[in-house]
Amino acid sequence: MTGDIGERLEGKRICIVAGSGGVGKTTASAALALGLAAAGKRVAVVTIDPARRLADALGLDALGNEPRMVDPAVLEPHGIEMRGELWAMMLDPKATFDGLIAKLAPDAATRDDVLGNRIYAQLSNAIAGSQEFSAVAKLYELDRDGDYDAIVLDTPPSRNALDFLDAPDRLTDFFEGRALKLFLVPTGIAARVMGAGTSVVFGILKKLTGVNLLDDVSVLFRAMGGLIDGFRERATAVKALLADPATTFLIVASPEREPVAEAIFFHQKLREARMAFGGLIVNRAVVLDDDERADPDAIRAQLRDELGDALAAKVAQSAQDLQLLAARNAEAIARLTSALDEPDPIVVPRLDGEVQDIDGLLLLYRHLAGTG
Amino acid sequence: MSALLQRRLLVVTGKGGVGKTTVAAALGLVAARAGKRTIVAEVAQRGDVTSVFDREGSRPFEEVQLAPNLFHISIDPQDALEEYLRDQLPSGAVAQVLIRSKIFAMVAAATPGMRELLTVGKLWELAQMNRRTPGADAYDLVVVDAPATGHGVAVLSAPRTFAAAAGGGPVARQGKIIDAMLSDPEQIAVIAVAKAEELAVTETGALRGSLKERMGLPLERVIANMLDPDRFSPREATRLRARADHPAVKRALRGHQRALRQRAQLARLRKLTGQAPARLALHPGGPDLERLADELEEQLS
Repeated sequence: MTGDIGERLEGKRICIVAGSGGVGKTTASAALALGLAAAGKRVAVVTIDPARRLADALGLDALGNEPRMVDPAVLEPHGIEMRGELWAMMLDPKATFDGLIAKLAPDAATRDDVLGNRIYAQLSNAIAGSQEFSAVAKLYELDRDGDYDAIVLDTPPSRNALDFLDAPDRLTDFFEGRALKLFLVPTGIAARVMGAGTSVVFGILKKLTGVNLLDDVSVLFRAMGGLIDGFRERATAVKALLADPATTFLIVASPEREPVAEAIFFHQKLREARMAFGGLIVNRAVVLDDDERADPDAIRAQLRDELGDALAAKVAQSAQDLQLLAARNAEAIARLTSALDEPDPIVVPRLDGEVQDIDGLLLLYRHLAGTG
Repeated sequence: MSALLQRRLLVVTGKGGVGKTTVAAALGLVAARAGKRTIVAEVAQRGDVTSVFDREGSRPFEEVQLAPNLFHISIDPQDALEEYLRDQLPSGAVAQVLIRSKIFAMVAAATPGMRELLTVGKLWELAQMNRRTPGADAYDLVVVDAPATGHGVAVLSAPRTFAAAAGGGPVARQGKIIDAMLSDPEQIAVIAVAKAEELAVTETGALRGSLKERMGLPLERVIANMLDPDRFSPREATRLRARADHPAVKRALRGHQRALRQRAQLARLRKLTGQAPARLALHPGGPDLERLADELEEQLS
């Protein structure tokens, strides 16, 4: 319940917000960015798929793959005195990956060979974890070129947290892998021997699927060959950025079984990858005040005369439900705090209404900042 | 309900965090109770339904019995590929070579729609009266815990996409056979799970459109999940407001407001999907499968 998110992020330039789908990652990221910007920082928030109404509320309906500044005039009527700048963008994974290819390609022909390849899109999805890699690649570009005091990255709705941490590694592995080298050595005995094996494999695949991929794959891989060094460099840089002391990960969970399990899993992966865990946000928790923990029977007795027994019983029932829910939430929070070794998580109570406008973001930020 | 249970495949999908896995498990339980030999097939790669059902120490790709008439499997594309190769290739040794081949794995992964096709191929196999898996018994019903909304349709349309892209060969032929089942409303029903919240409702509406467009299938049923109890009539709410100084009454009124917002979202859901959603209550003490199955039996009859 305690703890100012601003304080926790002191000295951090990059904040990556992770957690399972449906826990409110995007709104938490947006609220955090808004709060930091209002306090005087130049902040960029990169979201993946914001609710339409939230994007509209920020005046970001026509969002491209580059950050745009949120007009302070949009925020002013909500009592926000913007001392810094809030920039926001919605990540377009494919555009980001394509952009990277274009940047790293030695010439236009190579670029077009790759981007126009029939299986390029599939390859980038299946092997490189394109969305995850795109997200961190974008992060890197913004950090390098954007001159921001802080960047908040809302992570892709990936079921597997590992994809995100692993993305740079997997990409380098892939490019340095044996498979790729095979295609890059068109001559020599080794190539002929390996090449024979390869054509058998492709032959069987073709027989089974009716798709002749050999040509496509060869073209793609030869073209990719020119990009290897660039990719390797970029992947190394991105990895360094993820491990930078100025980078931190916030884990968001709601107090339910699945998000809790994912949070614990992700935290463990963070630890294994030796990356910084910056804090836990438990979102949408039912938290009761002391005077809301009265015995339901006592509530019913207190209200019976005035409301009649039937209505008093309903109020008592609703108190009982809420107490049960609060107890279950408290259990989940306890499980999280112990597993994550985080005695002091930021607990955001379940708010009245969904967060989908600026007032909602403000309210959410106040809870993150411990002033809610 | 009985019409639903006559199908071979029930595909349960929905936005992340709406309780899709729990609902799929409860639907499986409903079918099992009705005497159908049922398997709940989870497509995502972590053992979600199993943690609902408490499945211990077994390999995910195995079909494991959890309760009378109720089985579970977790479908991993890699396992499905290996099974497929062993089934298709004349010699086990050739299959082994392919399975171990990194190039093959890479190319298989890079083949457009291959992962989805393998996943859906296994679902199809589970739904056959004459199973290809040696010694495997037939199921009356396969309940699919499908990936989140957007990807769910991609999985269903994979065989169609693949058959169209491939020039010929066994996979394309099999793709057509699988597609015939997946686009036959007599054999398959798609069920969307949603919370009564803006984003989840919007996505469900979009799902209806993309299902129709890409598969020619209707959105068979919509299940609104984790609903707060809608307890108070307008008159009762007015009476409560007079005692809003009492903490329990104040909370009850907040709960009432929540219920009203959910009611508005349910109306949107009804409008966007053209049907009245089934309603499952939030269980304050945690989801109770048996009770959810009771609620489903009542609601879907």
